[in-house]
Amino acid sequence: MVEQRPLSKFVAHAILVAGIVIVAFPVYLTLIASTHEPADIVNGTMGLLPGHMGVTHYFDALFSGTKQIKSTPVLQMMGNSLVMALVIAIGKIAISIISAYAVVFFRFPFRMFFFWTIFVTLMLPVEVRIYPTYKVVADLGLLNTYAGLTIPLIASATATLLFRQFFLTIPDELVEAAQIDGAGPMKFFRDIVLPLSLTNIAALFVILFIYGWNQYLWPLLITTDSGMDTIVYGIRRMIVTSDANTDWHIVMATTMLAMLPPVFVVVVMQRLFVKGLVDTEK
Amino acid sequence: MRKVVFKGTLLPLLLIAPQIVITVVFFYWPASQAVWQSFLIQDAFGTTTEFVWLENYQVLFKDPGYYNAMGVTAVFSIAVAVLSLGLALLLAVMADKQIKGAGFYKTMLMWPYAVAPAIAGVLWLFMFQPSLGVLAQVLRGWGLDWNPLLNGRHAMILVIMAAAWKQISYNFLFFLAGLQSIPKSLIEAAAIDGAGPRRRFWTVIFPLLSPTAFFLLVVNIVYVFFDTFGIIDAVTHGGPAKATETMVYKVFQDGRLGGDLGGSNAQSVILMALVIALTAIQFKYIERRVHY
Repeated sequence: MVEQRPLSKFVAHAILVAGIVIVAFPVYLTLIASTHEPADIVNGTMGLLPGHMGVTHYFDALFSGTKQIKSTPVLQMMGNSLVMALVIAIGKIAISIISAYAVVFFRFPFRMFFFWTIFVTLMLPVEVRIYPTYKVVADLGLLNTYAGLTIPLIASATATLLFRQFFLTIPDELVEAAQIDGAGPMKFFRDIVLPLSLTNIAALFVILFIYGWNQYLWPLLITTDSGMDTIVYGIRRMIVTSDANTDWHIVMATTMLAMLPPVFVVVVMQRLFVKGLVDTEK
Repeated sequence: MRKVVFKGTLLPLLLIAPQIVITVVFFYWPASQAVWQSFLIQDAFGTTTEFVWLENYQVLFKDPGYYNAMGVTAVFSIAVAVLSLGLALLLAVMADKQIKGAGFYKTMLMWPYAVAPAIAGVLWLFMFQPSLGVLAQVLRGWGLDWNPLLNGRHAMILVIMAAAWKQISYNFLFFLAGLQSIPKSLIEAAAIDGAGPRRRFWTVIFPLLSPTAFFLLVVNIVYVFFDTFGIIDAVTHGGPAKATETMVYKVFQDGRLGGDLGGSNAQSVILMALVIALTAIQFKYIERRVHY
């Protein structure tokens, strides 16, 4: 045991508390602003304590959105975000787990070629091929659809690699035993591999849900119909440069609502979140 | 490599097909289109297209706007990496001391990971919005003419703060994991040899943490290059006067408003080369870590 100086513990607590305050302050201020009269926000007289308009503002945001710049009701945008996040997370996991299963548990022609085809895409984020990808989606007639919002983001080298890594640790004896018992590949997948992968799937789901919920550039390109706005992108449309026209109280309530689901997932599923974070960065 | 596998060819091909189809349609085809179109020039009406070899690239490297975007990206990445890595390391070292409430501190510091970059931008914009921002008022109270809507340097500082804020939690978690994997016996041995806390940190802990730090540096640079698009678009739109136009934002702007698809695609190709180089560096490093 290394010596502990009392002062050093005190300093550690002080620095950590300061860190938490810096990290939390922007969100606290947003929360406070969402409960104040619009005039108090615009005049800069709202102070640092909560106001009494919270319920009204959140109600307005959810069911009608901003008024001066007409926006989609936030509830609808959250619905779009939820669809997008769920389809991306579940879709990525589904197609990655079956392709990793094929690569690990079978021998077939061009196996390694296919594997490398997937692997190389690890290096190509959407941001480096913005317009050509947009054009493909447009040519397929998928603009302003959920399919266009989600399918192009579903291919994932990371998840495939992760499952491959995990499948390689399943002992050969287990496969042999299953084969002796007469289990075919699909039965082995359903009864053995899938149950064993549950923790990995859950950890990956947490990370991918956040990834899907927080997409910005992709909805910006694919949706022009404001009814398809996701909340993270839609909030951008609510803010205009001449701030007199921005309904800041609604924007602040919307900001809080946009953060709520992913932050909730991280805090509640902390262990899975940390596991997912470490796994996907290997 | 597995010794025991299942028989069959059709089934595995069917299982891998969805992934391959999506990858080809939405990765390889567009990426190859980007390369191909970077050699083309389209006239303003999109009626004729001409193959011009490397002209788009030549134009790009003569364009002061492109050097501006490179400079902005460099300043932005370095500032965000230094700021968020430094703060995260400080917090992780503190949280690693055996103090009460370490778990609580960890929870309270990790959640910003879940906040979208664009939302982080809105949070910071609201605090520093020149007329109504609470902190902007404080700055004005000090006699500083703070206005990120007009002053490029102020805008840059604002997006740097928002981007660094969002990245602290990620860096913190990895630094903390790195610190916790350092054997306590090493630190005890150093303590027995008479090294004080500061000396222990710089001669034992920090060198052992350097692989983590290097890994995080690459991740942070990739983050600033690509994921900060939302922050820039929500807070500054690349302005004022292109003072915060990063390379990715310029790809977006040139292709959309300018309609210069050839030039935009040439920029995409350069970015692709950059990402591939960064990923290669990272893989080389990971290989080392495995043998480490």
